[in-house]
Amino acid sequence: MILAALPYWESTIIRVVLVLAAVLLPAGTFVYVFLFKMMSFMQSRLGPMEAGPYGSLQLLAEVGKSLQKEDIFPERADRTLFALAPYIVVGSVLLVYVVIPFGPDAWFANLDTGIFYALAVSSLSVIGILVAGWASANKYSLMGGLRAAGQLIAYELPMVLAVVGVVIQAGSLNLIQIVNSQANGSIFGFGALGNPFILTQFVAFGLFLMAAQAELSQAPFDMPVAESELVSGYMTEYSGMRFLLFFIGEFASAGAFAALAATLFLGGWWLPGLDLNANYMNVIGPIVVLTKMMLVAFLIFWFRFTYPRFREDQLQTLAWKYLIPISLANIMVTAVLKVVF
Amino acid sequence: MTAITERQQRAYIGAIAAEARVNVELETEGMTLNIGPQHPATHGTLRIVVKLDGEQVIDAQPIPGYMHRGYEKLTEVRTYPQVTTLVNRIDWLGHFANEVPFILGAEQLMGIEAPPRAQWIRTIFFELARQANITLFLGDLGAQIGAITPVFYAFRDREHVLNLMESVTGGRFHPNFDRIGGLKDDLPKGWVEECKAVMVRVKGFCDQIEDLLMGNEIFQARLRGVGIIPKDIALSYGLSGANLRASGVDWDLRRDRDYPLAWKHADFNVITHPDGDAFARCWVRLQEVRESAKIVEQLCDGIPAGPIMAKVPRIIKVPAGEAWVSTENPLGEMGYYIVSKGDLGPFRCKIRSASFNNISVVPWVMKGVYVPDVIAILASLYFILGDIDR
Repeated sequence: MILAALPYWESTIIRVVLVLAAVLLPAGTFVYVFLFKMMSFMQSRLGPMEAGPYGSLQLLAEVGKSLQKEDIFPERADRTLFALAPYIVVGSVLLVYVVIPFGPDAWFANLDTGIFYALAVSSLSVIGILVAGWASANKYSLMGGLRAAGQLIAYELPMVLAVVGVVIQAGSLNLIQIVNSQANGSIFGFGALGNPFILTQFVAFGLFLMAAQAELSQAPFDMPVAESELVSGYMTEYSGMRFLLFFIGEFASAGAFAALAATLFLGGWWLPGLDLNANYMNVIGPIVVLTKMMLVAFLIFWFRFTYPRFREDQLQTLAWKYLIPISLANIMVTAVLKVVF
Repeated sequence: MTAITERQQRAYIGAIAAEARVNVELETEGMTLNIGPQHPATHGTLRIVVKLDGEQVIDAQPIPGYMHRGYEKLTEVRTYPQVTTLVNRIDWLGHFANEVPFILGAEQLMGIEAPPRAQWIRTIFFELARQANITLFLGDLGAQIGAITPVFYAFRDREHVLNLMESVTGGRFHPNFDRIGGLKDDLPKGWVEECKAVMVRVKGFCDQIEDLLMGNEIFQARLRGVGIIPKDIALSYGLSGANLRASGVDWDLRRDRDYPLAWKHADFNVITHPDGDAFARCWVRLQEVRESAKIVEQLCDGIPAGPIMAKVPRIIKVPAGEAWVSTENPLGEMGYYIVSKGDLGPFRCKIRSASFNNISVVPWVMKGVYVPDVIAILASLYFILGDIDR
């Protein structure tokens, strides 16, 4: 509660510096290496080995490599849009992190409509992808961009509807409030473990994961990038640093959705037995969030490397015929049970 | 396996044709998409010009020839022993299997036959080449459909088979081991045991792929009922190998013809599937790897003793005549029509390679499918570019 005593602008600066330097940067590198190693082991490979101990500096090595590469613009591309698109994608992803709480005081912004903001901002990346597909002046890219748009619109709905269940149960759109209500909640009167919403909202958790997978356009929902058909779709014409931005955006958004899922369903920075609002939670909290986030990211990437991809029509069928009705039913059941108990 | 009935096949084909016709009648503006020559799905340089209406294919024309290397002509300026070096590179994944029909043809013209030991080892190697080839197909299939992981498993387990080849022939990819009248060398000590151990691995790989890919719901949803080739169409387009067997035609040269090779001593099943769709083609290939491993295991137990080379003259001159020998190669029927005028090299050599005919069905089978299905069908037809263009 030290920060609360300071003026607004001082506390904000301290917050930004602390969260950015102490949490996100190492977390980004750490998660990146974790995911790379994990996917390598799934595919009986070794993964990054040479850059730093246990390949831990792989991200730096890749940034260094990509910076040296030529930044190629296709002849008939719309240069401004082509150059802008990767930044839109990465920007929209980073904006999601703004509302994710890492501790009682370790947050960038404490919005009353936090989850609403996060979902709204995350869907901005569609614009970036569509712009990239259009500006590349390439048929494959255009198809990839259009597929991405169709897919993201379809899967935005089940994702929002899945979150609604959580919101009903928590009674708030504020992510910090949602964490609080998970810590203080109880299931049928048993409150020792609190109530991480994965226990009561497991349907919503499944839906959220599936929709997140589609939003990330990862297998089995990777129609927009489908490298064997569309030659990586909207990314076909990108090279060098701009390609890396897309690449980082992909991993960062996997991290962002994993962090959202960790906050919504796994209790955020809270652990059973620890005092939710104690000062030390500002130190332990980020580690807890990161661990939960990696658990979810592990699930996401496990699916990614196990399943082949859907065809476009099968993908839309799944969203409109199955996921959306199930999520609507979930909302209804949640609302009824909320009133009854 | 629930079989698709003939009626369902007809209904599916009819529906696709009708839909394609409607789209043509509406005269919506189409788009021409060049798949290839540089495209990851063509693993090589096959070009397919696809006319699209939205994501639906109206017309697909394969344009081969980007990798034509003129092997038929090159054989005319090589001596007979030199030709095996060339033909290794036709279907570069089924390397050794390419050499066998040519050598058999030359032997047939010369009227000699390899000693039994050479015949058995030839057959074993033939099957090893089949395994090396189709293992990679199974992994690559996953990659085409979007599952990245099987590729790595395929490369890992194929390496063991290639190591077996290398330990005998010295070449992983281009063994160049078959000689007129026999083989270059005998097997090294302990090879047979090693081979049996590898066959266990290959079978394990098949189980793994069956669990990981074939049993996967999405995989089945992608390939079941897609790209159906009925029996009569398959026959009239001259398909061969697993593509034909997946359409329900019980046809396998290993069983049906009498070669001076050891297949007749092995007990194996010819796998067929009644559906004729993309899934059937993949499934048949998977089972064939299993059968192939079985064949090798059986043959390994009974390799006869004796010489590995028949008595052939130092300088090989093939008497004048014509010979046609074709075998059941990994990709389908591969054969050589050798015309000899009694010289050191063939006067003319016509190479019949399986992929060229297999790919000829593309315009027929791709009418009315969607772009993702184009890739699935191409992957399931399984061609090697060198085998198309020669």
